[in-house]
Amino acid sequence: MRIGHTLPLGLFAIVAVALGVGLTLDPRLIPSALIGDPIPDFSLPPVDGRPDGLAAADLRTGEVAIVNVFASWCGPCRIEHPLLMEVARRGAVPVHGINYKDLPRNALAWLERYGDPYRRVGSDRTGRVSIDWGVYGVPETFVVDRRGRIAYKHVGPMMPEDMHQRILPLVRELQGG
Amino acid sequence: MIVEVGHYALILALALSIIQGVLPLIGAQLGYDSWVAVARPVAIIQFGFVSISFAALTCAYVGSDFSVLNVAMNSHSAKPLLYKVSGVWGNHEGSLLLWVLILTLFAATVAVFGGNLPPDLRARVLSVQALIGAGFLLFMLLASNPFERLVPAPLEGQGLNPLLQDPGLAFHPPFLYLGYVGFSMAFSFAVAALIEGRVDAAWARWVRPWTLAAWCFLTLGIALGSWWAYYELGWGGFWFWDPVENASLMPWLAGTALLHTALVVEKRDALKSWTILLAILTFSLSLLGTFLVRSGVLTSVHAFATDPARGVFILMFLVLVVGGSLTLFAIRAPGLKSGGLFAPVSREGALILNNLLLTTACATVLLGTLYPLFLDALTGEKVSVGPPYFHATFVPLMAPAIVAAGIGPLLAWKRGDLVGALGRLRAALAVTVAVALATLVFAAEAPVLAVSGVALGTWLVAASLGDFVERIRLFRGPFGETRRRAKHLPRAAYGVTIAHAGAGIAVLGIVVSATWESERLQVVKVGDSVPVGGYEFTFRGIQDARGANYNAVRGIFDVTRGGDPVAVMTPETRVYDTPRQTTTEAAIRPTPTADLYAVIGDPNGAGGWATRLYHKPLVHWIWFGAILMAVGGFVSLSDRRHRVGAPRRRTARVGTRAGTSQAAKA
Amino acid sequence: MTRDLRRFLLSVAAACAVSLAVPSPGAAIGVDRPLPDPILEARARAIHKQLRCLVCQNQSIDDSNAGLARDLRVLVRERITLGDSDGEVLDFIAGRYGDWVLLKPPLDVRTLVLWLGPAALLLMGAGLAVTVLRRPRADPELASGPLTTEERARLETLLEHGENTS
Repeated sequence: MRIGHTLPLGLFAIVAVALGVGLTLDPRLIPSALIGDPIPDFSLPPVDGRPDGLAAADLRTGEVAIVNVFASWCGPCRIEHPLLMEVARRGAVPVHGINYKDLPRNALAWLERYGDPYRRVGSDRTGRVSIDWGVYGVPETFVVDRRGRIAYKHVGPMMPEDMHQRILPLVRELQGG
Repeated sequence: MIVEVGHYALILALALSIIQGVLPLIGAQLGYDSWVAVARPVAIIQFGFVSISFAALTCAYVGSDFSVLNVAMNSHSAKPLLYKVSGVWGNHEGSLLLWVLILTLFAATVAVFGGNLPPDLRARVLSVQALIGAGFLLFMLLASNPFERLVPAPLEGQGLNPLLQDPGLAFHPPFLYLGYVGFSMAFSFAVAALIEGRVDAAWARWVRPWTLAAWCFLTLGIALGSWWAYYELGWGGFWFWDPVENASLMPWLAGTALLHTALVVEKRDALKSWTILLAILTFSLSLLGTFLVRSGVLTSVHAFATDPARGVFILMFLVLVVGGSLTLFAIRAPGLKSGGLFAPVSREGALILNNLLLTTACATVLLGTLYPLFLDALTGEKVSVGPPYFHATFVPLMAPAIVAAGIGPLLAWKRGDLVGALGRLRAALAVTVAVALATLVFAAEAPVLAVSGVALGTWLVAASLGDFVERIRLFRGPFGETRRRAKHLPRAAYGVTIAHAGAGIAVLGIVVSATWESERLQVVKVGDSVPVGGYEFTFRGIQDARGANYNAVRGIFDVTRGGDPVAVMTPETRVYDTPRQTTTEAAIRPTPTADLYAVIGDPNGAGGWATRLYHKPLVHWIWFGAILMAVGGFVSLSDRRHRVGAPRRRTARVGTRAGTSQAAKA
Repeated sequence: MTRDLRRFLLSVAAACAVSLAVPSPGAAIGVDRPLPDPILEARARAIHKQLRCLVCQNQSIDDSNAGLARDLRVLVRERITLGDSDGEVLDFIAGRYGDWVLLKPPLDVRTLVLWLGPAALLLMGAGLAVTVLRRPRADPELASGPLTTEERARLETLLEHGENTS
């Protein structure tokens, strides 16, 4: 029974190691189930008072694109907004928007005030299309590759290092390939 | 100034805890009597210092001293006094202080009342207890100081989360901690016994009252918490299998097992190393709960603000305490020889079955709670383990335990007579079958599982009461005889009956409320009537109300049954001033057989209001049963054989008086 | 469930605050429209209880005030009306949000230990109990020190008893 008596210690060691590793992980992070999958079929009307809506066809043109889900009522969206403006100014990659559960006039006022980085913006008033994208909070940002597949997803506001060290390098890589 | 005194007292307490943790331990080992003698006075003085510290923090809260960071973060001058006080432990730092206060309180109790413990054992117990305290004090002073100042002091505090501003939750943590920390006594006794290399019936008798007291408090603490969830969260649920809830359930399950197995050590000198292991594990699970709640490794609806740095510290502490004690166990436990032969069908056998099921259930909860973490750490894959998993695994494990709990107390030690026991329970069996049949016949939609659940609960209540009736020979002989027997039946026997019947009542409440609940969700306009579970809810309109620190929208419902007025129910939605946050206050109207439960939600802008109305049969039995369980525990605790320190080693007369071995369980 | 609850601010409450912040353009507020067919509605509710609310982290969508939870409840009802089986509805949602949303994790290689663990533990424990029950006892005198005469007397009766029964 000597082994029996050390068994609890052994089991505890395993638990302790797992807890230790667990400390380095973020349990709130939910990975996208759609990475590598084709973008969902969808077609969203424009935000009233803005020209172009957004549909799946717009993302299957053979061009790498960034799709950003935003809303005027979303505080953190303002944090990442300057980064999107910067990317749009450089024009290296098109940035499209999905306006999540927003009133058109609020959305327009918001874009007026903070700038409009989007080439096309689809208005998702019910949030249904966003569910097809696996969106669970705003803001979220997707990178779509040339073949219209979801290559990357960022949850929450992007920080400069997210944009410059992960998203833009990935975009360049996808554009090159 | 008071704050600095509190801080200083905490530092002194740390110094004392190190002295108390080291000197008596060495003294007991080397035979220095004067070092051993240090333990008692130091334990008492240490409790004094921690009390001063706790009082200082309470002063800061009551006086709204926002120059203290902790107060500024968690209090507000406009808060009612009760919540200023409960705010002391409504946050990470303050709750640690409460934890240490209770830890030192238990140690001081041993020091004061443990007069007839052998001095060496007492010294070792107090040392181990002090070492645990030292760890927590160090953690507080280094990483979670409740007395940290804030310069400049803000004019107003940020307020306490309104969900916590509730009487149920004000008292929930103290009870819970009395339970968690109470198990530290069992732990300290176990470690001291391992150091001594000696576990005997007297040891079990010393350890049992502490375990029993801790278990009673933990039962009450969990019940309070789930009651709070029931009426405050506004969904009518009372248990969500959330990691933090599981963290309190695991020590409870292990503690329940410990309570029963310590009995075997006490009466029969058997199962020693297993009992020691359970004592270690029960407290370890309490510590694990602390880690889970404060480190942020798991997401929970009710964890403290997460901080990985704190997590690292608690994990190190956990490794030291649990790893250390389990190492000691691996070295010393093989030397513990158990006596006590017994047949599989016997009181011992029933208690082993109880332990097998309870510990497997406990391990299952642990597995389910930590599995997402394991998998994520190992493979990076994310899965969720929720209520459906626990229902599928936990319930089948508990069902046989409930059956056994009805029979176990009737089996004799060493060798029981199952047929005889069942014979004595034939009335209970008959009641169970009758109730199950009645449920099948009369209840609308009675799924097999629900009927089995009803049968289980009924069985446990009927068997517990049946055993009791049998013992006092109620209606069997002259009343004088019954009274004499009732008087001479040990308190512990009353305790068993009450606690087991309470468990059965709680089972009935859980099963019946889950199965036959009626729920109506709808938008109502003034004058609308909604039928729910045989009652008619008529919406009379809304009213604005102002509370101490919130504005409320109050919905008014007239409730009638068959045209007769039953009640006026007024659920509220409250918007608190600071922090600005909305809570729902369900209106609950208990009837003898059910709770009526009403929640008012948002307006739809067109004169309608979102409402949820429920009829929950027997739901209050859940908490009534839990309270009975705790009462049973306290009654058993009042048995003179359990008085703290009552037994004496060697001279202890182990279960020799007629009837006593029959009596005590849980 | 404990000292806790400060985290509420950041999770549940925050989630609910977010849902409040959504201006909900013209949409009906607060209460779902249940399906007219009570059997279908009961199925929908059962599925709701099996899906984890993404915003609140530890509640099912059945008992969450969050906006997304409500949207998903509506979606589940819609799929059921379209004739999906329960499994298809769960797959539909899990296809978008991953297995993470399933409160009852599917049985596969990843969850083998989780699902078989309880039964395995019970069997192991039972095996251990049986071996302990069968194992011949060592003389308790070795471990427990000298016995009182009373204990000695009891021991003898016990041993006799044991011999008679085994």
